[in-house]
Amino acid sequence: MTRESLSSPESALASLAADCYQCGKCTAGCPMAPRMDAPPTKIVRLVQIGAWDAALRAESIWQCVSCQTCSTRCPKSVDCAAVMDALRQLSFERHAAPPAAQSVMLFQRAFLDNIRRYGRLNEIDLIARFKGEVFLKSRSLAFLFRDAGLARQLHQRGKLHLTGEKVRDRAVVERIFHRSGLGGAA
Amino acid sequence: MNLGYYPGCALHGSSDDYEQSIRACLGALGIRLDEIDDWICCGATAAHSLNHKLATALPARNLALAQRQGCSEMLAPCPMCSGQLLRAGQALASDPALRTEIAAMVEADVDAAPRVLNIIQVFERVGLTTLAGAVAKPLKDLKPACYYGCLLVRPPTVVDFDDAEQPQSMEAVVAALGAKPVAWNFKTECCGAGMTMASPETVLELSGKILANAAAHGANCLVAACPMCHVNLDMKQSAIEDYTGVKYGLPVYYLTDLVGMALGLGAGQLGADRHFVAAREA
Repeated sequence: MTRESLSSPESALASLAADCYQCGKCTAGCPMAPRMDAPPTKIVRLVQIGAWDAALRAESIWQCVSCQTCSTRCPKSVDCAAVMDALRQLSFERHAAPPAAQSVMLFQRAFLDNIRRYGRLNEIDLIARFKGEVFLKSRSLAFLFRDAGLARQLHQRGKLHLTGEKVRDRAVVERIFHRSGLGGAA
Repeated sequence: MNLGYYPGCALHGSSDDYEQSIRACLGALGIRLDEIDDWICCGATAAHSLNHKLATALPARNLALAQRQGCSEMLAPCPMCSGQLLRAGQALASDPALRTEIAAMVEADVDAAPRVLNIIQVFERVGLTTLAGAVAKPLKDLKPACYYGCLLVRPPTVVDFDDAEQPQSMEAVVAALGAKPVAWNFKTECCGAGMTMASPETVLELSGKILANAAAHGANCLVAACPMCHVNLDMKQSAIEDYTGVKYGLPVYYLTDLVGMALGLGAGQLGADRHFVAAREA
């Protein structure tokens, strides 16, 4: 455990988690807890004791569906969902996400890159890029073609838009991303 | 009534049946929607997961555009969008230094953010008595499981709407239409949200439990107010049936579909004929 400066992401995280007394209510209500390596209560504890490596490499922070049940029910008002968000950002920035979490991380990264370019989500472009990236990592044809039949069904219902919308002022969107630190290829 | 309107990406993408439903339904109630010019994505889960600044900046830009358009109240029918807009508005209002920083970042200041409304609040604004009085075709054969999902009611510190554990506002709307909403347990459980692409099993499992609980309590349809929930419960329903081995065949309506049908609009006008699970005959 290293001593962090007051303004570090770690100290911000530690103060978010400080009031937790480990009652376990967050985990009790978490819809993903049964599948998690480290459920919410444990993640918060890892943050409290400064076990950053274990927290940032946990798969569970990427399994979290951001349903906000933990934060809503916490008797100590710990914003556990915000702890998960802050850990995901750090894990992403430090390339610490474990292999099992790559798919979720790649999807979110592709989503942001899509918004950076168009200002609004272009679904076809997002799916193509996400599937392509996962395929390059996993070489899984099953994943590549999973749900391919849905395209036809979406088309039949007029829900498939081959050309997505773009905002007019895409330059300002690019500048906003640049100022956030995610300019260029996210 | 005139309202600002922030559709969000889903309603201009594969969930444009929701926008069709909203426009038809609110149009029939005399509500005019004034879309925010050149709105951008709210950033959704990707932004709040990967970049906290963007998660505030993207909604802040939209609040500023809405304000510039002179809009004091704005409907954001997608609960992801409305949650992010509300969260950003509150962060800016409570932290002057952050507001200055974000104003520079998005090249627009937010000093009077519009009030952000969800779709249920619009019906409450119309008034449930007025709504009941406008019903042309009571939905008396409908026993809906009203499904709120996560972000309409959570976290209460952000959305400040209804009850986070036992909401009743959607039941009140459908009851005013003559339907008989069922009591059930999964109205605020998560459907798997944005995991549809990245972790399909998550959606099959979580949404499967929601369908099972609705069926077990005698529902003959579900009602949702979120485009993502609708995708997971409607578009993925046959995949869920394959995964769990249980056949549900439960139509999933947007709340505006039911209000529109009760007002006398047809499924085709509302876009309810574009769902995956066929709508029930009215």
